[in-house]
Amino acid sequence: MRATLQVDPIACTGHGLCADLLPELIELDEWGYPILADNIPPELAALARRAVNACPALALRLVRTQRKLTTRHSYQRDRSEGARRAGAEGDG
Amino acid sequence: MNHARTAARLTLDWQHADRAATLREHTRRYGPLQRQASGTRDLLDEVAAARLTGRGGAGFPTATKIRAVAGRRGPAVVVANGMESEPASEKDQALLARAPHLVLDGISVAAEAVGASAAHLCLPRTRDWLTECVLAAVTERQRAGLDRIGVAVHELPHHYVSSEETSLVHWLNGGDAKPTTTPPRPFERGVGKRPTLIDNVETLAHLALIARYGAAWFREAGTSEATGTMLTTVTGAVSRPGVYEVEAGTSVGDVLALASLQAGAEAVLIGGYFGTWHDIAAVAGRPFTAAGLRPAGASPGAGVLFVLPAEACGLVEAARIMRFLASQGAEQCGPCIFGLPAIADDLAQLAAGRPEGDPLSRMQRRFGVISGRGACRHPDGAVRMAASAVRTFGADARAHAQRRPCLAARRGRRHGWQQTAVLPVPRPFAEGEWR
Repeated sequence: MRATLQVDPIACTGHGLCADLLPELIELDEWGYPILADNIPPELAALARRAVNACPALALRLVRTQRKLTTRHSYQRDRSEGARRAGAEGDG
Repeated sequence: MNHARTAARLTLDWQHADRAATLREHTRRYGPLQRQASGTRDLLDEVAAARLTGRGGAGFPTATKIRAVAGRRGPAVVVANGMESEPASEKDQALLARAPHLVLDGISVAAEAVGASAAHLCLPRTRDWLTECVLAAVTERQRAGLDRIGVAVHELPHHYVSSEETSLVHWLNGGDAKPTTTPPRPFERGVGKRPTLIDNVETLAHLALIARYGAAWFREAGTSEATGTMLTTVTGAVSRPGVYEVEAGTSVGDVLALASLQAGAEAVLIGGYFGTWHDIAAVAGRPFTAAGLRPAGASPGAGVLFVLPAEACGLVEAARIMRFLASQGAEQCGPCIFGLPAIADDLAQLAAGRPEGDPLSRMQRRFGVISGRGACRHPDGAVRMAASAVRTFGADARAHAQRRPCLAARRGRRHGWQQTAVLPVPRPFAEGEWR
């Protein structure tokens, strides 16, 4: 199973623990919030899990690829090609 | 010579209207709304064939959205989005104030299409005149026994992010009018945990006309890429600012000509405060549509064009918008809470020609790390606007960065920004009021 790191930006309070535990994949911006790498190489999978478990705000997650934690439109995946167009700012 | 293609559909007879059309006037104008005898499938096919897209800014195919909700189990909910939190847009309020029954027809049509058991219309709390006007229309319909389900009209806090789909759902469910993390998307689990269809009020008005006249009629206006008509708001350095209905595919230059572009104006903000700045000459020939503007890195958003007057400073205007957007976040996500004010400070220093350090390179770095890192797209839009200002007013930005600000900025420094600035930046809504 392929997985990526994702952060729930509302839950994240910028502790920065994740970047300490996994500097290979996570860096902090100038305000202390994590910027995540896109892919997790297999050799770092265990460390990634550890960083997820250590997050004090429970904001860091490992998510199977394809289902993304964003506000992009993803109306039913099996629907017409329009469903693949990533929506949108504003209110549709 | 003016080549702009106007098409009065939603705006039929508006030139005579200084008030909302009554139900009787509305019915005379458009004919009665027939109940779909052959079921909702036909209507869905018509909407799909019409290729109607959302008019709230996202441009998502409306039929896809309706099908997604209709395909879920159990009764659904319809929410009409009349929040119009984009300060440079006036089209939704203009539509609701003059043709409320067109929107209410659309809600009725959408409710039938998705099998809804409840319908809501969300309006900003800052426009009580509009609420009164819409409520009067709702009462008229109740008396006439027109709709299967009633429409509940709500007044929400009017923050910039409160018009996001998830903000409406959260508020209608008893929470704050703030965006929430997704999934679940509202179509899966929205108001009252039910599948929820949320459409902009203009989109619903088009839906009401497609239900009456069909897809072929709808496509008579517009191009193969962008069908029908669209409402636009044109303001700034134009002699006749206001809301115009144009055929989709009309060029930016022709839309500007409709409002009578003033001489000397060189730059335009496309898409509103969430939009991008451009040289008019570079975009005038492009269709004012998503596909037409994409190569230029722009989007029509909710159909907004703001023309920068020749004597104004684009950096000053961009700095004011950025300050507004920074104050309009939901205060939920770190990159937005800290990143937007930081960029607003950078831009303000640049605009004033009083840089501390190197605001230009600081901004470039910050532009790169903020997008995509909030729960909603608020930070992305704000960053895009700021980046486009630095790009479009590049020569100006470099001069300002070397403490050689333009005349407008010097005047602003001397007499106060409010004296010289031109864009309408609303006073931020009472802080902390989200419920």
